[in-house]
Amino acid sequence: MRLLAAFLMALVAAPALAQGNAPPAPYAYRQLDDPAQEAAAQELMETLRCLKCQSQSIADSDAPMAGDMRHQVRIRIAAGEQPEEVRAWLMQRYGDYVSYAPVVSARTWPLFALPVVFLLTIAAVLWRRFGKGKA
Amino acid sequence: MNWRVWLPLMLFALFLGVAAYQLTQPKDDVVASGMIGQELPYFELPPAHSDNPGVTTADLRDGKPRLLNIWASWCLPCIAEAPQLEALKEQGVEIVGIAIRDDPEDVAQFLARHGNPYTRIGRDDLSEVQLGIGSSGVPETFVIDGNGVITYQHIGDIRADDLPVLLEKLREAGA
Repeated sequence: MRLLAAFLMALVAAPALAQGNAPPAPYAYRQLDDPAQEAAAQELMETLRCLKCQSQSIADSDAPMAGDMRHQVRIRIAAGEQPEEVRAWLMQRYGDYVSYAPVVSARTWPLFALPVVFLLTIAAVLWRRFGKGKA
Repeated sequence: MNWRVWLPLMLFALFLGVAAYQLTQPKDDVVASGMIGQELPYFELPPAHSDNPGVTTADLRDGKPRLLNIWASWCLPCIAEAPQLEALKEQGVEIVGIAIRDDPEDVAQFLARHGNPYTRIGRDDLSEVQLGIGSSGVPETFVIDGNGVITYQHIGDIRADDLPVLLEKLREAGA
């Protein structure tokens, strides 16, 4: 139990120490010169999850790793990649987890199907109750 | 009374049950790499300090399986796993290190204090290789077969009881 507590404390302590002495990546805090590219990069970064601080997007996070991810996003966009290609590159490595933009997949399809099922059910109930009365 | 009257309440209870069950489950915030079974991306990393050479993809494609340890001198759990890496080295395992966002002086100091089990240490200042192989933190350890293909990922510091698994995965990779 004490070991577990120590381990959990170490986990909490790690991000605080995770600054190191290294300077941030060149494009972690620097915008791209081309405003259109920067806008595309910014839009993408707001929908990518920081891996170190999983409740924040990389655009919101000051974790060094989020800075390194912003650097990757910006240099890839600057090199002419489409935002969705960059997202796919990250999702190949980190799965659905890294993206805040939901996709329909074998695991997530019920999220998209259920609302439709509910709406159809409600429509059927309403139809039976009120639709027939007028006929 | 019509039994269907109870249907909405039963549905609600079902949702409540599922939610309550999920709340009792431990949170799974480990992000496994999707690169298992894939080739390493191309990289050439300069040495992280003066005593060990740097790392290139070609170094990991010479036919010999080895461990690729993602670490940093500023990382606390890396201190905890240092003795285990030493034990792996003593069993003849070759360990190649990649130091994330690190400084040569800090690296030298860490190795002087906690031992140097590495044959090579690359310097990854921008986490490029880390992101390229789908690692989301330090420390993480990857088994690389002799052809530069990632065959296994260990997330977090290596404990004594992880050694048999790593040795087995290395054997499976052809060691």
